[in-house]
Amino acid sequence: MSTVSVDLLESNFEWRLPSRGRVGMYCLIAAEAAIFTIFVVAYLFYIGKTVSGPKPKDVLHAPILYTVCLLSSSITVHAAVRRLVAGNMVAFARFWILTILLGGVFLFGTAREWAHLILQDGLSINTNLFGTTYYSLVGLHAFHVTMGLLALSTVVLIYFAGRLRREHAERLEILSLYWHFVDAVWVVVFLVVYVIGV
Amino acid sequence: MLSSVIGSIGTAINIIATILCMRCPGMTLGKMPLLVWLNLVMAGLVILAVSPLSAAQIMLLIDRYLGGHFFDTQAGGSAVIWMHFFWIFGHPEVYVLVLPAFAFASEIIPVFSRKAIFGYPVMVLATIAIGFIGMSVWAHHMFTVGMSAGANTFFVLSTMAIAVPTGIKIFNWVATMWGGKLRFEAPMLFCVAFLFQFLVAGLTGVTLAVAPLDWQLGNSYYVVAHFHYVIVGGILFTIFAAFYYWFPKAIGKRYNEALARLHFWLFFIGFHLTFDFMHVPGLLGMPRRIYTYEPGRGWDIWNLLVTVGVVFQAAGILIFAGNLIWSYLRGKAAGNDPWDAWTLEWSTSSPPPVYNYAAIPVVRSRRPLWDLKHPEDPDWRYE
Repeated sequence: MSTVSVDLLESNFEWRLPSRGRVGMYCLIAAEAAIFTIFVVAYLFYIGKTVSGPKPKDVLHAPILYTVCLLSSSITVHAAVRRLVAGNMVAFARFWILTILLGGVFLFGTAREWAHLILQDGLSINTNLFGTTYYSLVGLHAFHVTMGLLALSTVVLIYFAGRLRREHAERLEILSLYWHFVDAVWVVVFLVVYVIGV
Repeated sequence: MLSSVIGSIGTAINIIATILCMRCPGMTLGKMPLLVWLNLVMAGLVILAVSPLSAAQIMLLIDRYLGGHFFDTQAGGSAVIWMHFFWIFGHPEVYVLVLPAFAFASEIIPVFSRKAIFGYPVMVLATIAIGFIGMSVWAHHMFTVGMSAGANTFFVLSTMAIAVPTGIKIFNWVATMWGGKLRFEAPMLFCVAFLFQFLVAGLTGVTLAVAPLDWQLGNSYYVVAHFHYVIVGGILFTIFAAFYYWFPKAIGKRYNEALARLHFWLFFIGFHLTFDFMHVPGLLGMPRRIYTYEPGRGWDIWNLLVTVGVVFQAAGILIFAGNLIWSYLRGKAAGNDPWDAWTLEWSTSSPPPVYNYAAIPVVRSRRPLWDLKHPEDPDWRYE
């Protein structure tokens, strides 16, 4: 049999497929959610099981202000993408840079908290079981915030190079999905570490 | 290991995005070949099951290199939770291996029975059910650790429940063959053997799912025989089937059918000698993971039979490798469609051109090539 020629049965065939970037990002988020689930389960399982101090209630203080900063950055990143869709480049850049600043403030908050815990309270990752689970879970989240900030900053570089255009709005929206995920994970981490865990 | 895990997750994301976002016009989810459906579910399982392994590995690295205490029992940590995290990966991984095997059987059995697959929607649903239930059976690897009665009961029931969608699949493959015009060429021989062997593997799996029986048989050669029945009798047999089925398409040459059948019979005899008889010393109490055994325990004759089977299997593998190498160099041209098959890959040349299709085909049924070959009686009238 020779090569079968495949006719287009209906020439104006309506055929839509989901966006590759969006599907890929949702899959990545599913994988990351599975990783965080294991760390959260380990944290919950080990609450109260540490055999030596310092214990969570002696040293942990809920970082409310920094949490507000991180969660607001979800609103600003959404606003930025809306502005880009509307073609308002300057307003887009303002909101986008504000997002990076808010994320940066949050990261600074984590750094300050860690410095205090290590220098004042003598709690390090190898001090006790609480230290191991605390630094792992909060650190895993902080690592994701850092990665998100790097990605967001790359967009700023592209913007200042004058290469960012309105057509890139969908890609930036897909990137913002990751940022929303990082924020949502913080809600869970905050609940587990600073509410349930103390 | 951590980097290979990240690679697996990346590949799974790629497979899912490719399947969902790059189908040819007309190929709705309900018209995709089962090969594609099963690999879609497999990729989903990789994302949900392999990620926990990477989390557990990060914890282990923290314990070993940063002085952490996740699995350090002296500091309040738990070694059993490591087992949980490992098996949350470890058991779904079995389904990651076996779903592509099911996928091969679902393509090959219809073509060699000259019938469309029986119960396509049920096959898809059973696959998704295996994916879901497969995520909730992991602790049946841990009955011997000593879990609570509630946990044991849950994992006994969930493990037995997974036999239901798997059984549905076996019935559908048999129903596909029922009344078909069967052609017993090498790919089909391996698939038929797979059907019976996978059934036995599933049944010994159900016996091991009974927690009290598992306390008796755990860590014995019965377990080794069971999972080799799955991996060799189920998966390896369909991999051989897939090699023979797609070799003409991938290489463009025919393999030697007589040698392929010799490979089948040698491997079939060797497999059954080795793994049927391996169940017996396991039931008689022979433990695994020991480097040597004293004579006179009543296991000698069974182990001799097990060893004899290996010779047959090795001979089969040598013939398989020789056949493929010889056919690659000297085989007859295969033509586009040596099996008179119905899926799109058989419509293009063998091997396919690097650009796949000059014009992207449009499909209207699950067997687009059947529609092209039989314009007077196309499938899309009935689907």
